[in-house]
Amino acid sequence: MSVMVARKKVVRKWEKLPGRNTFCCDGRIMMARQKGIFYLTLFLILGTCALFFAFECRYLAVQLSPAIPVFAAVLFLFAMATLLRTSFSDPGVIPRALPDEAAFIEMEIEATNGTVPQGQRPPPRIKNFQINNQIVKLKYCYTCKIFRPPRASHCSICDNCVERFDHHCPWVGNCVGKRNYRYFYLFILSLSLLTIYIFTFNIVYVALKSLKIGFLNTLKETPGTVLEVLICFFTLWSVVGLTGFHTFLVALNQTTNEDIKGSWTGKNRVQNPYSHGNIVKNCCEVLCGPLPPSVLDRRGILQQEESTVQEGSCPRGPGVQEPPATQGPGQAQEGGMKQQDGSIPPTSAIPALSMSNAERPEEKQQTPGELLVPSPDSGRAEH
Amino acid sequence: PQVHSLQELRRSASLATKVFVQRDYSDGTTCQFQTKFPPELESRIERQLFEETVKTLNGFYAEAEKIGGSSYLEGCLACATAYFIFLCMETHYEKVLKKISKYIQDQNEKIYAPRGLLLTDPLERGMRVIEISIYEDRCSSGSSSSGSSSSSSGGGGGGAGGR
Repeated sequence: MSVMVARKKVVRKWEKLPGRNTFCCDGRIMMARQKGIFYLTLFLILGTCALFFAFECRYLAVQLSPAIPVFAAVLFLFAMATLLRTSFSDPGVIPRALPDEAAFIEMEIEATNGTVPQGQRPPPRIKNFQINNQIVKLKYCYTCKIFRPPRASHCSICDNCVERFDHHCPWVGNCVGKRNYRYFYLFILSLSLLTIYIFTFNIVYVALKSLKIGFLNTLKETPGTVLEVLICFFTLWSVVGLTGFHTFLVALNQTTNEDIKGSWTGKNRVQNPYSHGNIVKNCCEVLCGPLPPSVLDRRGILQQEESTVQEGSCPRGPGVQEPPATQGPGQAQEGGMKQQDGSIPPTSAIPALSMSNAERPEEKQQTPGELLVPSPDSGRAEH
Repeated sequence: PQVHSLQELRRSASLATKVFVQRDYSDGTTCQFQTKFPPELESRIERQLFEETVKTLNGFYAEAEKIGGSSYLEGCLACATAYFIFLCMETHYEKVLKKISKYIQDQNEKIYAPRGLLLTDPLERGMRVIEISIYEDRCSSGSSSSGSSSSSSGGGGGGAGGR
């Protein structure tokens, strides 16, 4: 006996996004593909702090002041919060152009440059713009099929164009760009302070205890201290230096990418048009300026209806679409797509997006059998 | 009621072509769109109406990205709470985006849909372009003869029908 059951499966947009990102928690979390070094970062921070709280803090809280572990806890929590924010949020990825848009731009380019014979790679496409009395060139991105905004760059590791691209940080497991630069900066700043704090109080602990029971006995009693001091020592040199470097960048409103390329300090002596000329104003803009929301809409719903012959048979993966039996395309899209103001159905975009099956995340939620009411606002919830 | 008329538009008319209004970077990286009037819209809408729409949108985006006392306050407060406050509070930018969405819907209802045009919120296009869809006028046979863009219109029209 076969039963025709129409099932609606929720497919969210993150499952179809091109690029080499990993998504978790049904699209709420977005990271790069290689996360090994990020886990190492987590392990080092959590491990060192655990040792510190377990051993040194108990002694120092009694001998000196209970404020010591409290302040360490505050620093630790702040560092973890900013780390997770940096790692899990959208750095400012620019979504790729839909086919219509790409075709439109291609036409415009051909109109200006003339057609190129088949087989030849066309010359790099550059548009010139003037910003604050300086000429800035906009480059065309062949992968994303867009003209990159100024200060944007294409990350080859994540295969995305990112706005105000700073760099790709493997320690954080994500790109650092417009939307998460302040979190990144606050992370390395708080981590520097935390490292200095733990290092100092380890020295204090060893000094105090050595007066009572001797240096070697102290080390024997809490061998973790040696480990902590070593980790803090090496971290100090790297992270504090990095913090200093990024403080310099923030003060001048530059990105690491621009600094490496020498965009504003080269022999051309072109000045940075984005700097306000005032250190305080630059810092305020970079760290406290308005935060644009993510335009990726990872949790927006792409709805498809599938009719299955047997009740209970699991539909195929979200990458496969069956032609809807009963619905007209207009209705399906209006019902499923989130916008009321008549956006062109994104299903036209689906053939253009590469089926990146390797991005299947660890946790995926599929809720079959649910009639969906399009909820634009919940679909838009991003940070 | 407004959704009804827009749905009708899409069912009764067929997509002829799309125009993309590009970003204007002359003022830096802030989100602004070019007010240059696209030639494809020549016969469909008055230049002044179009320019006013774009200028209003530009004004909204400028308001969202304004650097001033209130944005600093929001930034500092968020930092002080380790950004946990964003779990319950909407940022100023998001509030303005909602206003923009309403404005675009409003413009579509009152001005663009009656002329067979449809604005798409730039947020859905990654803030890269304002996409204006031009629908063929069923009544008048003289639809916009943008023959050169027939390939893209075929792609756009085909996209509506094919999954």
